[in-house]
Amino acid sequence: MSDFFLWFTRPDNSKLFVLILFFVVYTLIILYVFTNKKRSKRLESYKNIPFEDGDETTPKSKDKEHE
Amino acid sequence: MAETNTQNAAQYNYDIVRKFTIMAIVWAVLGMGVGVWIASELAWPFLNFDLPGLTFGRFRPVHTTLVIFGFGGSALFATSYYVVQRTCQVRLYSDAMAKFTFWGWQIAVGLAAITYMMGYTQGREYAEMTWPIDLLIAVTWVAYFWIYVQTIRRRSQPHIYVANWFYIAFILATALLHIFNNWAAPVNLFSLTSYSFHAGVQDAMTQWWYGHNAVGFFLTAAFLGMMYYFVPKQAGRPVYSYRLSIIHFWALGFMYMWVGTHHLHWTAIPDWTSTLAATFSIMLLMPSWGGMINGIMTLSGAWDKLRTDPIMLFMITALSFYGMSTFEGPLMSLKSVNALSHYTDWTIGHVHSGALGWVALISFGSIYHLLPRLYDTKLYSLRLVYVHFWLATIGIVLYISAMWVAGIGQGLLLRAFDDYGNLAYTFVETVSFLHKPYVVRAIGGMFFVSGVIVMAYNIFMTIRQSKREQAEIEAKLAAKMA
Repeated sequence: MSDFFLWFTRPDNSKLFVLILFFVVYTLIILYVFTNKKRSKRLESYKNIPFEDGDETTPKSKDKEHE
Repeated sequence: MAETNTQNAAQYNYDIVRKFTIMAIVWAVLGMGVGVWIASELAWPFLNFDLPGLTFGRFRPVHTTLVIFGFGGSALFATSYYVVQRTCQVRLYSDAMAKFTFWGWQIAVGLAAITYMMGYTQGREYAEMTWPIDLLIAVTWVAYFWIYVQTIRRRSQPHIYVANWFYIAFILATALLHIFNNWAAPVNLFSLTSYSFHAGVQDAMTQWWYGHNAVGFFLTAAFLGMMYYFVPKQAGRPVYSYRLSIIHFWALGFMYMWVGTHHLHWTAIPDWTSTLAATFSIMLLMPSWGGMINGIMTLSGAWDKLRTDPIMLFMITALSFYGMSTFEGPLMSLKSVNALSHYTDWTIGHVHSGALGWVALISFGSIYHLLPRLYDTKLYSLRLVYVHFWLATIGIVLYISAMWVAGIGQGLLLRAFDDYGNLAYTFVETVSFLHKPYVVRAIGGMFFVSGVIVMAYNIFMTIRQSKREQAEIEAKLAAKMA
């Protein structure tokens, strides 16, 4: 078992492992985000969260020209 | 509006947001004031007044600590506590712990500034605090993390809005960076001196792994969290693409951690680490610009707001500077460009185009948006916001162009050889060349600080106005009850 962990301690191995791991995970994230229309619609619906907090007013200045 | 905000004030913990917002402004005035002072010292060295506490070496970390941790940190605490409550639609977890984070953070920043002036420093860039202050920061930061996670766990909104992802990444990464960079053994319990557990090349690489990720996660990811909430709110329209924000988040998270070593090009580090850092720096251009485009395109179809809303001007200009400095950064990380730019004022100019142009402007915009809501009133003067915007913008342009001239000129002078291979210029000639750009830089800083003072006045008057309105309402209520 320790040999398995020792394999990762060698930079030649860990560099390659991390490169493949990150590349694959990142590709999967892109596929998850941009495929499937239904999922895309659901994800885009989350952009409205800041407007669901009951604060729709935009305070303005008291300056006369902006009243 | 008054009714909605009164309900909100009861539902949410706004007190802690107000405290951090006010301290952000206080540290901004002090920290940027110190910045102008040290910039002036470089142009007119007599300003040292032969006082050790005022010399550039001691005063410079006072400036960086007050602006990064005092102003930037307090602005992040304030906005993150506000955003997490508003987007999770739940009150912040534990008022007492939130208060603890406030005092822990302010005391740490204040003590750091005092000890630097007394000559106590760890000598690690952007982490000069001595070990007891590091411990205080670590405890405060764990409390901050706990509050944030517990608030998110209690949310009424099923989805965690993307701004919170950026804030959480910033909190987690900063904890990691702070602990491993400051890993040190004190000389004894009653000494402020300590020795780093890292040595030699590892020490340098840990320092710049911390140093660049402080930029990446503290000064970028966290302020992107700010951008993803406040830009849509101020624009009155949702962010351009939520899916792009997800890609932006993960790409930034994957790539930033690898680039710190580009600060150590042409030194004793292994060559592959240098190449790796440069490669990831270039790749970082994609998520950085993706995020910038996402922010700017939020205004798509409502560009007219830039004509009437100075707060929006702050935000869009901040995003433009974000785009510009994230183009300049990868450019400077190329080994060939770095050979010219390293150890010159070009680096200082680059840092300030990011720190003033991006970090400070997006914070100012967010604070101007936040303040009237926190105090249930209107902003005292929009005209003063315009004045602040132009003072800040002129200041930044003067600052960075002076530093481009200084840095590129300095780099060229240091690399010039005569026909026999001797250096063409003496070191003192390169120093005297810098005088004029240093004067222009100090003037640029003065513009920027003047803007901050205008903002502090505007905010003070807004708070005073709010208290007066509150007193009037209470008096009317009392009269009705009588």
